[in-house]
Amino acid sequence: MGLPCGTYNYSYAKDMAILRTKTHWALFIALLILVFTAPLYCDNYLLGVANLMGITLIAAVGLNILLGYCGQLSIGHAGFIAVGAYTAAVLTGTFELPFLVGLICAGLMAGLVGLFFGIPSLKVKGFYLGIATIAAQFIIIWFINHLSITGGFTGIAVPYASIGGFVFDTEASQFYLIMTIAVLCVFFAKNLARTRIGRAFVAIRDNDLAAEVMGINLFYYKLLAFFIGCFLAGIAGSLLAHWIGFMNAEQFSISESILYIGMVIIGGMGSALGPILGVIFIRLLQQGMMFIAPMLESAFPALPAGFASGIAPMLFGVVIVLFLVLEPRGLSHRWMLFKASYRLWPFSY
Amino acid sequence: MENGNQTKLRIEHLSLNFGGVHALNDVSLEIKDNEILAIIGPNGAGKTCILNCISGFYKPQQGEIYFEGKKITRMRPDKVANLGLARTFQNIELYTGLSSQDNIMAARHVLMKQNFVSGSLYFGWAHKEEIEHRELVEDIIDFLEIEPIRKRVVGSLPYGMRKRVELGRALALEPKVLLLDEPMAGMNLEEKEDIARFVVDVFEGQGVTYPNNPTLRDGVTCIVLVEHDMGVVMDIADRIIVLDFGRKIAEGTPDEIKSNPEVIRAYLGQEAK
Repeated sequence: MGLPCGTYNYSYAKDMAILRTKTHWALFIALLILVFTAPLYCDNYLLGVANLMGITLIAAVGLNILLGYCGQLSIGHAGFIAVGAYTAAVLTGTFELPFLVGLICAGLMAGLVGLFFGIPSLKVKGFYLGIATIAAQFIIIWFINHLSITGGFTGIAVPYASIGGFVFDTEASQFYLIMTIAVLCVFFAKNLARTRIGRAFVAIRDNDLAAEVMGINLFYYKLLAFFIGCFLAGIAGSLLAHWIGFMNAEQFSISESILYIGMVIIGGMGSALGPILGVIFIRLLQQGMMFIAPMLESAFPALPAGFASGIAPMLFGVVIVLFLVLEPRGLSHRWMLFKASYRLWPFSY
Repeated sequence: MENGNQTKLRIEHLSLNFGGVHALNDVSLEIKDNEILAIIGPNGAGKTCILNCISGFYKPQQGEIYFEGKKITRMRPDKVANLGLARTFQNIELYTGLSSQDNIMAARHVLMKQNFVSGSLYFGWAHKEEIEHRELVEDIIDFLEIEPIRKRVVGSLPYGMRKRVELGRALALEPKVLLLDEPMAGMNLEEKEDIARFVVDVFEGQGVTYPNNPTLRDGVTCIVLVEHDMGVVMDIADRIIVLDFGRKIAEGTPDEIKSNPEVIRAYLGQEAK
């Protein structure tokens, strides 16, 4: 199961490879070419949506490592993104350091803050850890609003990203920057998941008791998951800051955190494809709502005021509930089922 | 083999209380090299408690446990595992979301050296290491005859198969001492015979059949078996320790245990006068 007809494993290296056939390679390269030539035939609006998706994807990949693989619930992901965003904003804006320094520092800073808030994971699990990480969300936002260096409630302006002399000041150039980093993050995450560390994470998620008896240091690996997950959130935050150009704590509300969990659930927890599908799905839904909501309001004047802005969160709630009931393993599992069936088509087994 | 029956694990005056319940009461025992030791006793006698104390789950109030002369009492479970103690559980504790093969690979954790940087780069060093360990894991899969299910997610496997995967996972740790907690519970005769054969084969070592896998080649020379099935225990154990209400009531060869009046009383009750 799981391999195209006529493909056999002659070596363990083959068995472990992700891309097995020439068709796989061709499709993969075609996809990469399609993505990286997008600025040639997409307008700025579409590129903007793609940029947002790319940034969201990096953060979602981080959350997927933390929640999907290691099973540690974090309802403070937007908070960790904020740490990255503000670190990058302050370093590149106020201290005028290079973009790359800001990017790495944003990741490290968010990772370290994540480590701190990950400490309760040692004692508490599931919902209780969720509550503990909500604290992270509120504490981080409080600090951002009350520190002078972050600009407080008024926010902070962020310069464009630049490497060497090149300034990423157009949607298209930012698209290349963001997509390159996003593709690298997906690549790293996939490799991490299929090697020693990834197995240790899943072991902790599925059975922490047995994991410990089989020699996995729970303390170290839970914190490592927090560090990696929040590091990626920080990277995403840095890119977000440079992309938007202006940071305000309101952009990192708790509903964003919950939306990230929604993306990981809808995409499929604990699969490399999951965050990609989840992010595309949710961000497209958001864009769709932006089109439809004003139309609804003008078509039905009897609707109460604020209905258009209120319907989006409601819809996300409904979508998440539907996924939990109908397809708890997410879109990536649907995709697997689809692949399995088209490989057999036209036969039923 | 030549230096005979060295003591691998020594348990001295172990006492474990849960509130007012004395789960273990001044238990002392020695587990030697080159033997299959069976620990038997009625339900609630404290058999699993001893294993849990050894692997570090329970912190006994009194007494010490020594592994190869090193004190391991109240040590963290993952450190105990690193010393070379592997175990299986009474109620299968596998990583339900991973395939059988990955479950066994996950046990190679302590023997692998990649970190998260080399792992996420994958190509090169981590790839090579993965293949090396995969080969050893495949030996275990071959030995336990679970090839057809190596890619199946263990959550979907039948009970008997999951028990086997769990045994495989313990073997992948390359243990010096193997603790088996009721490996045959809930099995039919045929499955019990299979597991008993695996246990004896592991104990004896398979020599040239698996020349690259040190555990299978040389065998695990010290196995502790907690089991209810008297037939199996009498057949494969070299020495038996009988527990009742947290106390050790008898110790000896299967023949000695069979005729021990204390044991008969614990198991069958006293004859009505």
